[in-house]
Amino acid sequence: MTIGPVHSKAPSSHNGTPAVRIVDLCRHYQMGETLIRAVDGVSVRIQPGEFVALLGSSGSGKSSLLNLIAGLDRPTSGAVIVENRDLAQLSREELARHRLRTVGMVFQSFNLVSRMTLAENVELPLRFAEVDRSQRQALTRKALERVGLGARRTHRPSELSGGEQQRAALARALINQPKLLLADEPTGNLDSRTGTEIMNFIREFNQSLKMTIVMVTHERALAERYAQRMIFLTDGRLVDDQSNSATVATSLQWERR
Amino acid sequence: MKTYDLTELALRNLRESSLRNSLTTIGISVGVASLVAMLSLGIGLQKLATRHLAKSGLFDTVVVTSRREMRGFGRDDERNTASAAESRTLDEPARQEIERLPDVLEAYPDIRFITELRYQDKPHLTMVSGIPDSARSNDAFAGIPGTFFSSETAPEVILQKSFAMELLGKTPPPGQEDDVPVNDLAQPLLGQELTMRYAQRVSSPSPMGEDTPTRVSASTDLAESWSDEAYSVISREQKLKIVGISDLDPDSMRGAARARVFLPLKLAQDLRVMQPSDVRDSMRGFSKQPSYSTISVRVKNPKQVEAVEQAIKKLGFNTFSILDATRSLRQFFAVLDLFLGIFGSLALAVASIGIVNTLVMAILERRREIGIMKAIGASDGDVKKLFFAEAGAMGLLGGVVGVALGWTIGHIINLGTNIYLKRQALPPESFWSVPWWLVGAAIVFAFIVSLVSGLYPAARAARLDPVQALRYE
Repeated sequence: MTIGPVHSKAPSSHNGTPAVRIVDLCRHYQMGETLIRAVDGVSVRIQPGEFVALLGSSGSGKSSLLNLIAGLDRPTSGAVIVENRDLAQLSREELARHRLRTVGMVFQSFNLVSRMTLAENVELPLRFAEVDRSQRQALTRKALERVGLGARRTHRPSELSGGEQQRAALARALINQPKLLLADEPTGNLDSRTGTEIMNFIREFNQSLKMTIVMVTHERALAERYAQRMIFLTDGRLVDDQSNSATVATSLQWERR
Repeated sequence: MKTYDLTELALRNLRESSLRNSLTTIGISVGVASLVAMLSLGIGLQKLATRHLAKSGLFDTVVVTSRREMRGFGRDDERNTASAAESRTLDEPARQEIERLPDVLEAYPDIRFITELRYQDKPHLTMVSGIPDSARSNDAFAGIPGTFFSSETAPEVILQKSFAMELLGKTPPPGQEDDVPVNDLAQPLLGQELTMRYAQRVSSPSPMGEDTPTRVSASTDLAESWSDEAYSVISREQKLKIVGISDLDPDSMRGAARARVFLPLKLAQDLRVMQPSDVRDSMRGFSKQPSYSTISVRVKNPKQVEAVEQAIKKLGFNTFSILDATRSLRQFFAVLDLFLGIFGSLALAVASIGIVNTLVMAILERRREIGIMKAIGASDGDVKKLFFAEAGAMGLLGGVVGVALGWTIGHIINLGTNIYLKRQALPPESFWSVPWWLVGAAIVFAFIVSLVSGLYPAARAARLDPVQALRYE
């Protein structure tokens, strides 16, 4: 059991069901003769509305852990329980539904479909969710306006800056109104100014939409500035889990603006 | 994903890599085009053949003879058939009965006799035959110099070319081919008069009525039992106008008995010319109505000939048709179609390997895109259906374009051949036929082949591990 940050809205202050519960999770790969333990016996609880940073050097297993929470990968053993469902037990079809409805993802390399316009990219999850055409248009416009890209809807990703692409990716991640936003080095390919811009958006989603955020990063400074809680991984093992008082201060500061 | 969205996305994806996808689609089109072209050629040739054969009247005709006659064609049948006692006379009621059978167009008596025709006071002996009005569309009479008979009883004749040459004294010496154009023969003969001398059979003794039988025939005087009926034979003359000359030999099936002069059937019947069978009939006793030696039955469709033959046999007559010949002909065309279809399908098979290649390449190229789609919530089924839809769309488009292409190629070939035929002073022919079912079947075939080709790539795309795919650059 972890101790949540000292924050008025800190999710850990209530004892409801956690947003994510990870129990003795392992993800091992066989690479030729050697067994790679990407995630090795991790147990974590993340409360609804928490902003958690997963920290570690490259190869520490933080992205693997994020992929397991996203339902992109399956654990070798252990459980990932999101919304009372153990992802390890879900079928491929159910995992796809989990990725579609429960989580939104943003990546370091944005991962927009290059052959589609921004609007089409943002609309794509709605197509998979079989949302009516008429509704899709309005939802897409709203999502793009929220990240300040209303005027760029017909542009293709290649015509946009990195910051704009990541904003579009954020809009896409939000379009199905997930409860959980998973970000894998979201500022890794951006300069510090646009990185801050993206992080401010993510924090806004955390605070105004009450979304639970799990962000992978190797930049401790970034985690300290935005996350309420920092989980450190080394060689697939959880080595430290601490609440972040500095973040509480900044987020309060941010709220006061 | 909804079908509409799926289609939209698939078409969108196809547009994106337009060069490669259009090359693949062209590949399918060429396959479909060659399939359509070859099958159309096969069907066209078959139609051409059956059209000419149908017009010849050989393949939809059943010749009916009485089992009493020894001149039936079906000798095998005769050995097996019942004795003459059970057999029936081929007379007017029998004819009507045959005509009422299903799929029978008409049944008409075969009236033919050898007689003398005088032209410019010179006698010519030949076989004369009555032909029904339906022969109007027969190849032998369609488009001849002159016209067909103006009515069913008009005192008119159509001459066969060889007889026309005989009348004009232009018969070539034996062994030499006649090369006189039929139009040259028509010029002096059309509108001229022939005088036909013939033996008429007249019911005896008077036109008072047949209800009062009298014994006039000398031959029956000595007989212990004699028939009530008798007839007289009277020599008569009939003037006939030449209205047409036929280049072909419409009666060729009859061999030595083939006629070279043709009368309207009704006229021939009304003349009541003595038939060779009349003499034989008189040996068995007479019936009030004359019997026919043979009846020709025209069937709606060569396919029904066999059934009609069976039905007529059940009535107690012998039948003959050239059915076996058509059967082997049909078999030949079936084999031809099969071969042409196989070659066309080979082309389509090559094209479908093109689809597999394009889609497998697309998976490699779009690995990352597939990974993204899966990461944001696409199910295996969504990805599979998308690739499937792309394959289907290429197939459908290729099918439609291919049919159009095949149709065009066919028309160009037909046009070219007709120009060639025209140079050879032959009438144009359409040996090219694209029936609607072929159009539909070709498109559906292309669609199905494409879907089958898309099975493997689509399954492969669906199985792609999203984590691996996203790592791929």
